[in-house]
Amino acid sequence: MTIATAPSSAPPSNVEARIAVGDLRAGFGNHEVLKSISLNIPGKALTAIMGPSGCGKSTFIRCINRLHEEIPTSWVTGSIKLDAQDVYAANVDPVELRRRIGMVFQRPNPFPTFSIFENVAVGLRLNGVKRRPIVRERVEQSLRKAALWDEVKDRLDKPGTGLSGGQQQRLCIARALAVEPEILLLDEPCSALDPIATERIEELLTELKREYTLLMVTHNIQQAARVADRTVFLLLGELVEEGPTGEMFTTPKDPRTESFISGRFG
Amino acid sequence: MTMTRTTRRRWVSRTILALMGGGVLLCMIPLVSVLYTLVLNGWKSISFRFLFGEWKPVGEEGGILHAIVGSFALLIVACVFAVPIGLAKGIFLAQRGHTKLAQITRLLLDVMSGIPAIIVGVFVFTVVVHKSGFSLGLGYSMISGGLALAIIMLPIFARTTEEALRSVPKSVDEAGLALGLPRRRVVLRIILRAAMPAVLTGMFLAIARVAGEAAPLLFTAFGSNEVPHNLKQAGKWPMQPVGSLPQLLFDYARQPFPELVQQAWGAALVLVVLILGTRLATNGIARWRYGRGEQ
Repeated sequence: MTIATAPSSAPPSNVEARIAVGDLRAGFGNHEVLKSISLNIPGKALTAIMGPSGCGKSTFIRCINRLHEEIPTSWVTGSIKLDAQDVYAANVDPVELRRRIGMVFQRPNPFPTFSIFENVAVGLRLNGVKRRPIVRERVEQSLRKAALWDEVKDRLDKPGTGLSGGQQQRLCIARALAVEPEILLLDEPCSALDPIATERIEELLTELKREYTLLMVTHNIQQAARVADRTVFLLLGELVEEGPTGEMFTTPKDPRTESFISGRFG
Repeated sequence: MTMTRTTRRRWVSRTILALMGGGVLLCMIPLVSVLYTLVLNGWKSISFRFLFGEWKPVGEEGGILHAIVGSFALLIVACVFAVPIGLAKGIFLAQRGHTKLAQITRLLLDVMSGIPAIIVGVFVFTVVVHKSGFSLGLGYSMISGGLALAIIMLPIFARTTEEALRSVPKSVDEAGLALGLPRRRVVLRIILRAAMPAVLTGMFLAIARVAGEAAPLLFTAFGSNEVPHNLKQAGKWPMQPVGSLPQLLFDYARQPFPELVQQAWGAALVLVVLILGTRLATNGIARWRYGRGEQ
């Protein structure tokens, strides 16, 4: 894990940035996955990162909450600024950072042997929120936000792994929301789900983007078109194009974007 | 052509099935015959007085309570030593498994699990029991016996704990970190708990392995006919010699008195039933407390 701050290149777009990424390069060992990404991500909106498999989408969002560095041989250079504060600065504790930036993974991963309630409460409890009424309230609130409360309120003490795939994913969203993050990273949250469960998650994301800054990885072009305010297109570790979703899908500037969204590859 | 091939496949299938079935039966023979012989010879001894009576000289009908209580006490002492250390080692191996130190530790544990039980007994005698030289000089005692059993338990428990922790998916680890939890909390509060049913099973396997050991106790716990039941003297128990089921079995089975040989059969049955019973109870507890709702 090495970090070197390069002089950040000019801001790539004129969006007011909640997250500003400058000349980000990242990879494992000798393999460079991300090749100089510069990008501004606005607050309280859903930004989709799309691209074919293996283009570095997941690595990109894992750099933002510094989960990338947990993998042996990983490295990062460049800068990622959250509200003008570099998340890779020496005085930033990755543990504190991850409390502000929640994450939902590709496969629903509720904690095994934890009940539905405990799954949502664990982040709070282990972060020092101990008083039962507060925990209960926060769990209910998070489950409601994740549109799961009505389905599970009568069986909060049952194992989280006993829910259906779509419910598990919403449980994971509730778990992430319970620690009250400002930003939510979603790594292909629907790729392991059926169309109906996917639709529910998408509705939920449309709700959540009013309150949170959402950054979602997807290889599903239609999904990006349906829910994203802005879309970023990555290809082989390079940023090909980014902009408002509508513009990008109607008038792509780059021929590679056009090929990708018209289904010629990917 | 097709017919002959189908027929041949059917025959091959039948032959393989028969071989596998025969193999299973062959493996079951020792198990079933051991249990059968035990029950056949042992059940005659079982009575309230036998199970809950104190030791009496040959000729008066005595019980084996001292050995039952002694065995439990020794196993508890063994767990007090082996469980915390084994847990720590298992966590270390699962978390830092790629480091040089971990590889050496793993090798040593494997060597350790291959050491014959009697050698462990002699070792503990030399460094713990014996009252001279480098020894701690604790004498024949419950602590010494428990320590010997702990040394045998440790490698088994440490390796099963490592495996149990490793079997928790990596995604659980990442989910914990992504919640803003420090790694130590993720490991101790989430991964360890997710692995708990398997850790408990491993602990039980280790207990079951040493519960039947007589050899390491001969020079360490020594054996005694006293039931450690006088609560006023409770502080002294750990430092006094103590009896156990395997050792009673070893002693009585070699006696010329048919009465004692009969008691040895009874003790053997009690030992096996206790081990099986604990095993089933562990499974039950693991399932009840840490129920894994499958997907």
